[in-house]
Amino acid sequence: MTLRRTEILLALLLAAAIILAALSTPWLRFVLTIALAKGVAVLGILLLLRAGQVSFGHALYVALGAYAVAFLAPSVPEASLLLPTAAALAGAVGLLVGLFVSRYREIFFGMLNLALSMVFYSVLEKLYHITKGTDGIRVPAITVLGQPLEGAAYGWTVFGTALALAFLFGLFVRAYLASPMGQALAAIKTRETRLDFMGVSPRHVLLSAYVLSAVMAGCAGALIAMATRHVTPLLAYWTASGELVFIAVLGGAGGVLGPFLGAITFELVRVYAAATVADAWQMILGTVLLLVILFARGGIWGLVASWLGRRRAA
Amino acid sequence: MGEWFEQNGALLGLALLDGIASAALIFMVAVGLNLVFGVLRVLNVAHGSFFAIGAYAAASLGLLLASAGLPAWASLLAILLAAVLTGLTLGPLIERFLLRRIYAEESVLQLLVTFALFMILEDAQKLLWGVQPVSFSGPVSMMGTVDVPFAGDVIPYNTYQVILLPAIALLTLVGLALFLRRTLTGRVIVAVTLDREAATAMGIDAGRIYLLTFAFGAVLAALGGALSAPTASLVPGVGASTIVLSFAVVATAGLGQIEGAALTALMIGIGRSVAVTFEPELEVVVPYLIMVTVLLVRPQGLFGVLETRRI
Repeated sequence: MTLRRTEILLALLLAAAIILAALSTPWLRFVLTIALAKGVAVLGILLLLRAGQVSFGHALYVALGAYAVAFLAPSVPEASLLLPTAAALAGAVGLLVGLFVSRYREIFFGMLNLALSMVFYSVLEKLYHITKGTDGIRVPAITVLGQPLEGAAYGWTVFGTALALAFLFGLFVRAYLASPMGQALAAIKTRETRLDFMGVSPRHVLLSAYVLSAVMAGCAGALIAMATRHVTPLLAYWTASGELVFIAVLGGAGGVLGPFLGAITFELVRVYAAATVADAWQMILGTVLLLVILFARGGIWGLVASWLGRRRAA
Repeated sequence: MGEWFEQNGALLGLALLDGIASAALIFMVAVGLNLVFGVLRVLNVAHGSFFAIGAYAAASLGLLLASAGLPAWASLLAILLAAVLTGLTLGPLIERFLLRRIYAEESVLQLLVTFALFMILEDAQKLLWGVQPVSFSGPVSMMGTVDVPFAGDVIPYNTYQVILLPAIALLTLVGLALFLRRTLTGRVIVAVTLDREAATAMGIDAGRIYLLTFAFGAVLAALGGALSAPTASLVPGVGASTIVLSFAVVATAGLGQIEGAALTALMIGIGRSVAVTFEPELEVVVPYLIMVTVLLVRPQGLFGVLETRRI
C-alpha cells in the first residue's frame, strides 16, 4: 500500500477514534470540535507553508468568520446559511488583502498579515458600540436545517459538521496540492523566477492559495462561534495567529493529516496545561516549537510517515 | 482653519511633542532591527522583547536604587545600566546558541525560530515581573518641565520626554552613521550587509560581525525600552506592539535605511499621537495605514533602493 492510500485509511481510523472519544467522554466532544475547526484553518496555513510563506495574521479570517456568525445569527438563525456566508465573507476579504500581500514574500508577507490582523483586533476592541469591545458578543441559538436543537443534540451537530468539513477540506487540499496549481506553490518556495520563465504567474498561484486559506479560516471561525456561542476580539489577536502556525509546524506540513494531528494534540495538551501552568503557556509553546524545528522538522506527521516507511521497508 | 487652530492649537502642539517623544523611542528599536536584519538577514521577531525586558529591568533597578537611598540622578544611571546589561546578556546568548544554528535554513524557519523565542521571552517577563502594572516615574519628575513655545502659546512639557529622549535618539543616529561610515568595524559591518560572500572572501570573520551586530541591536532596543520605562506604567504585551510598530517603521523606510528610519519614526510617531489626541479610535490603525499606503506606492519603502531579483 502506498503512503497516499495509507493516509486515507489513517484518516478514517483517526475519525473513528475521535468519534469514540467524544462518545465516551462528553466534555471531549467540545474540545475535539474546536480542534477540528482549528485543523481546518491550519490546512490553509499548510497551503501557504508549501509556498514557503508563513502568515502571522490568519486569526484575522478566523475572527471574521466568527463575528460574521455572531452578527448575522440574530437575523438569520440558520447554520446552513451562516456557514457559507462566513466562508464567503472571509474569502472576499482574503481576495482584497491577498491582492496586496501576494506582492510580498517571507518576512514582509508574514508581518503585513500580522499588522492587518492587529488592526482588525483593535477595531473589534475599540468600536464598543458595535462590537461590545472585549466583552464580546453572545451568539443566539441557531437552527440547523430548520431544526431547533438543544444541548447535546446541538453539540453533536456542530461536532459532526466540523468532522465533515475537516474531511471535505482535507480531501480538497490533497487534490489541490497534487494539481498543477499546488505543484506551482512548491516552486514559489524553491525558485520563483523559474515559474515566471514557464509563463506561470507566481502572484496568481500565491493569491489563489491565500484566498483558499482565508475561506478555510473563515469556516473554522464560524464553527468556533457555533461551538462556543460567544465571540471576543481575542480570536483575532496575534497569539491566535501564532497558534495556527504553531499547530501547522507541530503537526507537520508534509501531509493533510498533519494539521489535524497537530490541532488535536494541541487542544488536548492545552486542556491540562492551561489549568496547571497558565502563566507559562506561551513559553511551553515556544519551547516545543523550537524543539520541533531543530530536531523533528517533519512534525508529528513526519514521525508517523517515517515510521510507516520503515515498516514497509522491513 | 484659522478658527480651528485658535481652539485646538495648544492641543496640536501637545500632540506634536508627544509624537516626537514616542518617535525617539520607536527609532531606537527600529534602527537596531534594521541593522540586525541587514547583517544577519534574519528578521528578529523577539527584538520587541528586548525593548520590554529593558524597560522592566530599568524599572526594577531604578526602584531598587531609589529604595537604597541613592540620589535621584542615579535613576538615569539605572536606565543605562539596565539597557547594557539586558542587551549584552540576552543578545550574545541568543546569537551564539540559537541563531547560529539556523543561518543556513530557509527564511520561514528563521522567522519561526525568532517567533518561538518571542513567545518564550513574553512569558518569561510575566513570570519575572508579574502582570500588574509596574510604575517607575522617578526620572520624569526629577527633570521637571520646560516651557515649549508653540504658535504664540506656551506649552509646559516634561523635560525628560521633550529634551532628553530626542537628544539621545539624535545622538544614536549621528553616532551610528559616523560609526558605520568612519570606523573600520563599522565599514566591515556595511561590507557584510552588502555582500556577505565577498566580505568573507576578503578575510572578514562574519561570525564575529554577526555576534557584534546582534548584541549591539539588542542593546539599542533595550535602551529604547529602558528609556520608555519612566514615561508609562509597564504592562505585559509591550513587546508585541513594539515589534509590530518598529517593523512598520523599517518597512516604510526601506530595509537598510538609518536616516530614513529616523524620519519615518517621526512620521509614524506624530501620526499616532495626533490620532490619539483628535481621533482616539484611529490610534492603533494609523501606523499601518501609513505603512500600507507607502508600500502600495513604493514597495521598496520610502528611502529603499530596489534590489534586482537574483535567479
